[in-house]
Amino acid sequence: MYEKSDTVEVCLEAKQISKIYPGTLALDKVDIKLYRGKVNVLIGENGAGKSTLMKIIAGVEQPTEGTILFHGNEVSFTNTREAAEAGIGIIHQELNLFPNLTVAQNIFMAREKTKYGKINEGEHNKQTKDVLQKLEQAIEPDKIVGELRVGQQQIIEIAKTMIQKELSILIMDEPTSSLSNKEVEVLFHLIEELKQQGVAIVYISHRMEEIMRIGDTVTILRDGKLVASERVSEIDLPWIVEKMVGHSGKKIKKNEHKKLGKEILKVENLVLPREDGLALDDVSFSLFEGEILGIYGMLGAGRTEILECLMGRNKDVKGDFFVDGKYAKPKSVPDQISKGFAYIPEDRQKEGLIQSLSVAKNLTISSLKNYTWFFHLLKKQEENAVTETIKNFFIKVSNSDLPIYSLSGGNQQKVVIGKSILTSPKILLLDEPTRGIDISAKADVFEIVNKLADQGIAVILVSSELNEMINVADRVIVLSKGKVTGEFTGSGVNEQSLMRAATGGE
Amino acid sequence: MPEPTPSVEKPLKQKQSRSIKMVLLKGRTFIALILLLIIFSMLIPNFLSPHNLILISKHVVLYAILGIGMTFVIVTGGIDLSVGSIVGLSAMFAGGLIYEGLVLDPFGVTIYFSIINVILLTLIFGALIGSVNGFMITKFNVPPFIATLGMLYVARGFALLRSEGSTFPNLSGTAEHGNTGFSILGSGTVLGLPLSIWIMVLIGVIAAYIFKKTPFGWHIFAVGGNEKAADISGVRVNKVKLLVYMVSGLCAAMVGLIVASQLGAAHPATGETWELNAIAATVLGGTSLAGGRGSIGGTIMGAFVIGVLSDGMVMMGVSEFWQMVITGGVIVLAVIVDQFQGRLQHKMALEQRV
Repeated sequence: MYEKSDTVEVCLEAKQISKIYPGTLALDKVDIKLYRGKVNVLIGENGAGKSTLMKIIAGVEQPTEGTILFHGNEVSFTNTREAAEAGIGIIHQELNLFPNLTVAQNIFMAREKTKYGKINEGEHNKQTKDVLQKLEQAIEPDKIVGELRVGQQQIIEIAKTMIQKELSILIMDEPTSSLSNKEVEVLFHLIEELKQQGVAIVYISHRMEEIMRIGDTVTILRDGKLVASERVSEIDLPWIVEKMVGHSGKKIKKNEHKKLGKEILKVENLVLPREDGLALDDVSFSLFEGEILGIYGMLGAGRTEILECLMGRNKDVKGDFFVDGKYAKPKSVPDQISKGFAYIPEDRQKEGLIQSLSVAKNLTISSLKNYTWFFHLLKKQEENAVTETIKNFFIKVSNSDLPIYSLSGGNQQKVVIGKSILTSPKILLLDEPTRGIDISAKADVFEIVNKLADQGIAVILVSSELNEMINVADRVIVLSKGKVTGEFTGSGVNEQSLMRAATGGE
Repeated sequence: MPEPTPSVEKPLKQKQSRSIKMVLLKGRTFIALILLLIIFSMLIPNFLSPHNLILISKHVVLYAILGIGMTFVIVTGGIDLSVGSIVGLSAMFAGGLIYEGLVLDPFGVTIYFSIINVILLTLIFGALIGSVNGFMITKFNVPPFIATLGMLYVARGFALLRSEGSTFPNLSGTAEHGNTGFSILGSGTVLGLPLSIWIMVLIGVIAAYIFKKTPFGWHIFAVGGNEKAADISGVRVNKVKLLVYMVSGLCAAMVGLIVASQLGAAHPATGETWELNAIAATVLGGTSLAGGRGSIGGTIMGAFVIGVLSDGMVMMGVSEFWQMVITGGVIVLAVIVDQFQGRLQHKMALEQRV
């Protein structure tokens, strides 16, 4: 994108990088150049491969194929320590801190300064103070990290990379997701300073206005492939959205003329506090039988929290819940299941599946009481339910007694959905149901969801993927910072309107 | 998009040798037991005589029943260190009821229960102690290790307090009180086999049935495999946890009754360190301490390995000190082999990905 005549210097070049995980191709021959003294923005939807690519550059993971040229020399980092020594720092999306240790201990973990073999605490504290001052944070070095706000913890994460000497690449994976506006300004200021020093910044974000503001170049990934690379000054928001969403893959058919049933769920004035402010701020909506209601918003906008409240997992919520017109405040998960709710959690591995059990048992674990005679499990009936679900949900498995981890991500997800459908729910809550699964499995998942909605099940779909909202949801409500900032139906559901509402008020 | 095959097709020969390895690994506890029997039968005359085998089995029964209760707990990802003390306390509870009766001071009366009732009361008592463990763990979030460690001391303390540290010397009861016949539990025989062996078989069958054929059983595996996912799936996690500690307490009480009956006396130190034998039997049987994996049959087999090993070594005249070294080595070796099997199994399953 830059011409030879431009005075920019390539700091790192990755060529034809591929990464294969069992069952998925996370990166497919991706090329990327990182420029010195520039903010190199990397965007793409969930599962597009951004984080994987960055983990490879930072030495967390090793590529299956491809080469990396760093300052013109081929390198292969086998761990983060090697990458860090070469001057590559990474700030992970999820916090990697020791909540039980102090700020200074966290910052100097595994690179302690010693004097005659003894830790030089004075030096630690001094340097910590300096770096925090630079970040405009009044945090004492001996403060326990677990006692800090999440936003401050994020700052500590940033501070960790700052004390690295000779930093030449700094990767930031969604660094602003838990920062306040003021903290974001500080961070941007700091990025500017680092640019002056010639550091190549890699900036991963979903927030378009941030990208347009601080980005110098943009690289877009989709489904593990490089889609486009361009200078920010040459592009606009619609261009990004088009490249990100793309128009490839199986189209999901949407039933345009469907009849909705009666109102099955109504929530009013949901308020959910969190340590700094409100996770949900006066959220109200209703849901009808056979409807697919999309909930769209950026990371941390309160999407997942709504589902958790509905499922009885979050006890601090205030507000009114009505199921079928009757007041019904959620008490516990089993309680909500018996009321007809079903929940597909966002994190399939940690919350959806039981790795030590077979495919069949993962399917029936929620609905075992349907196949019992008093307390005796009836094998035949259980097997029928398993076979039926495997067929209806297009689950590819040779033998349902195999362990669940022998399935690919997409098929595992179908098992999670199948499990909850076996409880015969009336309301299905889906949290990012297509995260990390391939395109054909995505299409299968939505075919299933559409079929269920046609049978009269009311569906709430939480997703951060725009095309899923546009192609699947009948109606979309958009959240930003815990508030409902828009509600759209029919042709009102489009990229621009959703994106504008989601970033609204910033 | 077609999904890539992560590994190159393995040659058939390698696959076959792998499945043979797998069969050997899965049956390792059984193979170990057979090997032990062969070795001891060659070294010790009359080792395989019916009399000797029954004698060994009577010892094994105690570890096996404790191990079955322990398996319930460990499969949920917990641990129960208090079972040895519950054995002692239950023995004292039952012994007291038979020897002294239930003394109701304010009324100046003493109630004697029939043996059946003593047994039932003791079993309920054991389950109640287990429920205290479960309650501490589920309601107050005390880690299982700590909660049951506490109970290890508390229960042992109460066992000693019950008689000020002395033994209830005679549990034969009297016809006058209608409480004779306690010794049947420990020394009675049915179809030529000691009653205690039949009790172990019965408990084993019921436990295996619960594990495989009831929702409760599968919920135990779900809680141990992934507590969060189990919760979201609607499994009542706390109820399951409470129940497994009650099962463990109940099994310990049963062992306390059998021991007291065998001795014809109740001693407050009964069952000291037996929790370790129970854990060892469970682990030898292939139950994972991390939870989510295990079987009743494996645990019983594990109890036999420990029992045969220790009785065999005693008969051979191996010094007590060496016995400890060898037993410890066998336990650790079992877990190493278990890890090896887990990895191989995982690999084979991944290769079957569609």
